[in-house]
Amino acid sequence: MIMTTLLSMSPAIPEIYLAFAICVVLLFEVFVGVKRPGATSTLTLLVLVVGAALTVGYADVGQREVLFHGMYVADPLAFVLKLAGFLVVAVGLLYSRMYLENRDMLRGEYYVLALTALLGIFVLVSANSLLTVYIGVELLALSVYAMVAFDRESGVAAESAMKYFVLSAIATGTLLYGMSIVYGLTGTLDLGVIATKLTTPGSLGVVLSLAFIVVAVSFKFGAVPFHMWLPDVYEGAPTSVTLFVGTAPKIGYFALILRLLAHGLAGTSVDWTLMLTPIAVLTVIVGYVVAIAQSNLKRMLAYSTIGHVGFIVLGFVAGTPSGYTAALYYTLVYVLVALAAFGVILLASRKGFEADKLDHYKGLYKRDPLLALVMMVTMFSFAAVPPFVGFWAKLRIIQALWETHHIGLVVLAVVMSVVGAFYYLRVVKLMYFDPPPDSLPATLRPLGSRLVIGVNAAAVLALGILPGPLLDLCSRVIH
Amino acid sequence: MQAHLLSLLIWLPIAAGVAVLLLGESRIAVARWLSLLAAIATLVLSFPLLGHFDTQTAAYQFVERAVWIPRFNAFYALGVDGISLPLVVLTAVMTIPVIITAWTVIKARAAQYFAAFLIMEGLMIGVFSATDALLFYFFWEAMLIPMFLIIGIWGGPRRVYATIKFFLYTFLGSVFMLAALIYMYVKAGNYAIASFQSLPLTLEEQRWIFAAFMLAFAVKVPMWPVHTWLPDAHVEAPTGGSVILAAIMLKMGGYGFLRFSLPITPDACRELNLFVITLSLIAVIYIGFVAIVQTDMKKLIAYSSIAHMGFVTLGAFVVYEIVRTTGQIQGAAMGMDGAMVQMISHGLVSGALFLCVGVLYDRVHSREISAYGGVINTMPIFAAFMVTFALANIGLPGTSGFVGEFLVILASFKASFWYSTLAAVTLILAASYTLWLVKRVVYGPIANDHVAQLTDLNGREFVVLGSLAVLVLAVGIWPEPLLKIMEPSIHHLVTQAIATKIPV
Repeated sequence: MIMTTLLSMSPAIPEIYLAFAICVVLLFEVFVGVKRPGATSTLTLLVLVVGAALTVGYADVGQREVLFHGMYVADPLAFVLKLAGFLVVAVGLLYSRMYLENRDMLRGEYYVLALTALLGIFVLVSANSLLTVYIGVELLALSVYAMVAFDRESGVAAESAMKYFVLSAIATGTLLYGMSIVYGLTGTLDLGVIATKLTTPGSLGVVLSLAFIVVAVSFKFGAVPFHMWLPDVYEGAPTSVTLFVGTAPKIGYFALILRLLAHGLAGTSVDWTLMLTPIAVLTVIVGYVVAIAQSNLKRMLAYSTIGHVGFIVLGFVAGTPSGYTAALYYTLVYVLVALAAFGVILLASRKGFEADKLDHYKGLYKRDPLLALVMMVTMFSFAAVPPFVGFWAKLRIIQALWETHHIGLVVLAVVMSVVGAFYYLRVVKLMYFDPPPDSLPATLRPLGSRLVIGVNAAAVLALGILPGPLLDLCSRVIH
Repeated sequence: MQAHLLSLLIWLPIAAGVAVLLLGESRIAVARWLSLLAAIATLVLSFPLLGHFDTQTAAYQFVERAVWIPRFNAFYALGVDGISLPLVVLTAVMTIPVIITAWTVIKARAAQYFAAFLIMEGLMIGVFSATDALLFYFFWEAMLIPMFLIIGIWGGPRRVYATIKFFLYTFLGSVFMLAALIYMYVKAGNYAIASFQSLPLTLEEQRWIFAAFMLAFAVKVPMWPVHTWLPDAHVEAPTGGSVILAAIMLKMGGYGFLRFSLPITPDACRELNLFVITLSLIAVIYIGFVAIVQTDMKKLIAYSSIAHMGFVTLGAFVVYEIVRTTGQIQGAAMGMDGAMVQMISHGLVSGALFLCVGVLYDRVHSREISAYGGVINTMPIFAAFMVTFALANIGLPGTSGFVGEFLVILASFKASFWYSTLAAVTLILAASYTLWLVKRVVYGPIANDHVAQLTDLNGREFVVLGSLAVLVLAVGIWPEPLLKIMEPSIHHLVTQAIATKIPV
């Protein structure tokens, strides 16, 4: 009896394992990590790699399975997102290690917080109930607040953490309020049941609840006009945290929109796509245009993130499985490329020196050809120039918009890619065309990170030349 | 081997480029020879294309087809017909002079310079030989990256402005084409250019698609008024960059009109042909006048390029008027023949002229016409070549320039007396700006000490300019083989262009 219960839980092994591993890492830090800094970091990487392996072994379910009395869903989509989550966090932490060490932040708590945030992402990814969604959102957000403020000495970091916390708390409240209306309308928390019950678009209750939910979701994702926190957090947080905030949580928030709006509230998609349309348009425009004016690379990437989020939302605006596939593909591609871009910032920084100004990248080619090459690859990929993978992400979104006859949005999408190209090219210009100033310190050269970042950039190119498998995978897990 | 010839032509230079990049600056001697070897090997490999090309059919030849992206129904599909084959060979030809002339001239990051041109050669051949629109677009855009770096790294003082302008201009044009291609994919279910060509489209749809294509190709050609990136890019680019820009990249615009605009949106082309013809004539005449007043040699040749490319678009779009007034396909084919020959000829001539400017620039480090004068006294052999190419630029009979312009003027005469009269004005204008340039630079007494100290062509430069001169004369005296290669494809294209695709 117990055995069968346990066996039936096997698709949830990634979460169970991760929760257990968090406790181990925490204890390890107390007894070993304090004496040997860096040991926890190594252990965490090990935990993540084993987690990825376990995910492949157990969570790779053929079809949709609902567990824990409808609270939890395991499907191929969740499998892909969890595997991506493990890998992305592992690579991100690897890039961050030397940066943290140089800033005296290489402490176990950092890793524990990263792991709890990842657990939050997983809960979101597998949520099949409003309650699970809420737990996931909160677990992720609380961990990230603490990470943003992790550098206790930094006033800027504390300020951005405070902004993030207060605004985010309001958004969470909004989400809860919207959910409570949904519960009032349907009498259930189960997203599957809600999908069958809530099929009357346009009614007052539905529109009211959607308005709250859409606002909350937009806030979490950083969509305009709820984006104000994002540039401040990206700029103010330690760069390793910026990398974290900019990558893995996007996977979680993609799942949030997909599970909550696209699946649970599928019956009212007419309403929420209508609400998302102006948000997507504003997000793309503000993100891409405001990025031009930035002189801080982290802030520029923050606005560029907003622009890319706009594209992901455009995929949801299409409101079709094809659009969701495009959004999923865009999210994964964005995370892959952002990982390398922020990785370069981490490796270009030194003890007591943050390479976060655009001017710090002048002549990077001369100082560190590998980092310059990686950065160039990410910039061209962000700008959606083939042969890099970012091109296919944009193409896929445009295709979804054509299929649903959104001609205006197609024009917006292509025009904005040109606007975006301008500031991405500017980074390439700084690195390759300008002479290096004398005063800049040398870049970091940890072998492991440099190897991985090279592979990361190579993946951006390889997936750009042969985009078939990943496109296919995204398509399969959505349908 | 023949089955994968086109793949080899694309990937051999790219692989060599990557190898050169890995060799790096420390082993520059090896890198140089490897680059030259790869460029020559690519040209040699393009000979079997010419040899085994069947001139009786309009179908794609040397076809390759492999599944590329199953989800999109996109294929790695290659093939050449009479329109793309000459351009593929032209690409293979023009890369060699770029590498030879850069031999010792490029000192900083030379290996990267060679690598960039080799990679670009592969990508450009890819553009001309792709028969799948997605693959075409892939190469078409990827090519911008090496060119962006070439102008930005090895260019002149205003290189950053020029290269960003170049990139954004062409990028803006192409993204609309991408949107149009995806639109047709959603309708047709695959990306094969042939299926786009046979896809029924309403006039309304065709107009929009035509506009998107127009934006992409007009920027690339470039047509007035979206030509302003070209003078900047040409002036700032290093010699090799200018050569490739003028000789190959501009041809992509013309190629796009012939491969995409005319067959995919024939009804829109018929409706809007006067618009294109007007722009072409403005380019021919107005830009001709602009060229006269230039004081910078490269800028002058750049404007001359725009004027000459006006003939290409004129020859391509005059078909509708010809068919309307004479009802004959033959006359229409003549215009397109002229457009194609003009592209090949301009590729050789403008490339050679930029190389000539490069020869002078390497010695004196000035592109200003006023910095020269009486070059013939110190560089007689160079002067002979420069005059030859200048005459070809004017369109003197016996040079390649004559054939294309003559065919286009003749064809436009069938359409309207006024078109041909206006187009013929270019002969006078081209003579004015080119001969005046030659007069001021080459002839006269020695102008200054720099010119007095000039040394004549070295062996490398002689070989390069000499072989291009031979090609220019060969095409001029005996264009028949070239016309024969193109004939069935041009004929097929004309029938596609004058057919209607509006569903009934």
